[in-house]
Amino acid sequence: MVAAVAAALVGLAIVLAFFVAPEDADQGISQRIFYFHVPIALTAYACFGWGAWKALLLLWKREERYDLESYVAIHQGTIFGALTLATGSIWAKASWGKWWVWDSNQLVLFLVLFLFYSAYFMLRFSIDEGPRRANVSAVYALFGVALIPVSFFAIRLAEDFIHPTTFTREGPQMTGTMFFTFCVAWLAITVLAYALYRVELLGKRLDANLRELREALT
Amino acid sequence: MSSGEKYVAAAYGVVFVMLLVYVVIIAAKLTRLERETAELAELARKRSSGG
Repeated sequence: MVAAVAAALVGLAIVLAFFVAPEDADQGISQRIFYFHVPIALTAYACFGWGAWKALLLLWKREERYDLESYVAIHQGTIFGALTLATGSIWAKASWGKWWVWDSNQLVLFLVLFLFYSAYFMLRFSIDEGPRRANVSAVYALFGVALIPVSFFAIRLAEDFIHPTTFTREGPQMTGTMFFTFCVAWLAITVLAYALYRVELLGKRLDANLRELREALT
Repeated sequence: MSSGEKYVAAAYGVVFVMLLVYVVIIAAKLTRLERETAELAELARKRSSGG
C-alpha cells in the first residue's frame, strides 16, 4: 500500500515538474533538477537522523530491534546521500560548468557527512555480530548526527554564495506553482524512502528469523 | 536535445537507475528467502513424518 502511494506520488511529482511548473527564467530547464535533488537531500538528512534516533533508543532501552532499524535507516540515508551527490554534481555541471566545487562549504560538508556514514558500514562489519557490534554502531551513528545541522545550515553560514539559497527568512524564493511542485516531490521522496525502509527492514527480519529457524532444525 | 535537457535527463536517469538496481537487489533477496523458507518447510515436514 505504501509502495503504491509512493509510486503514484513520484509519478505526480514528475508530471508537475515537467508539465506544470514554469521554466526558471535564470537557469532554464536545468532548474527542474531542483524538484528531486533537494527533496532527496532532505530525505538523506532525515534517514541519518532517524538512524541516530533508533541508535539512541537502543542505548537507552536496550531492545535489540533498534539496532536493525538504525542500520536500515542509515543504509537508506547513504543511498539517498549518493543520489544527492550524483544529481547535485550533474546540476552543478549544467549551472556552473563544473562537476564539483571545493570552495562551497555546503557541498564539502555534505560529502563529509556522506563519507562519515559510509564508514559506519566498515566499522559495523568489522565487528562480530552481537551486543558489542550493536553498541559500537549506535555510538558511531549518534556522533554523526552532530554533522547534520552543520551540513544543513552551512549554506546560510557560508559566505561563498556559490550554492543557491532558495529558502530564506522571507519564505521560498519561487512561484506558487514551483513551491507546490517542490512540496509534492518532497512528500513523494519521503513516502518512497519510508516504503523502501519498510521493505528492507522486513527482508532483514525475515532473514534473521530464517537463520534462527535453520539453526533450530539442523 | 539541448545540453540543459541532457543534464536534466541524466539527473532523473541516475535516480531511476539507482532505484531500479535497489528494487532488483531486494527482489533477488526475496527470491532467496522464499527458497530458504521452502527448504525449511520441507525439512520440518520430513522431521514430523519421520518421528
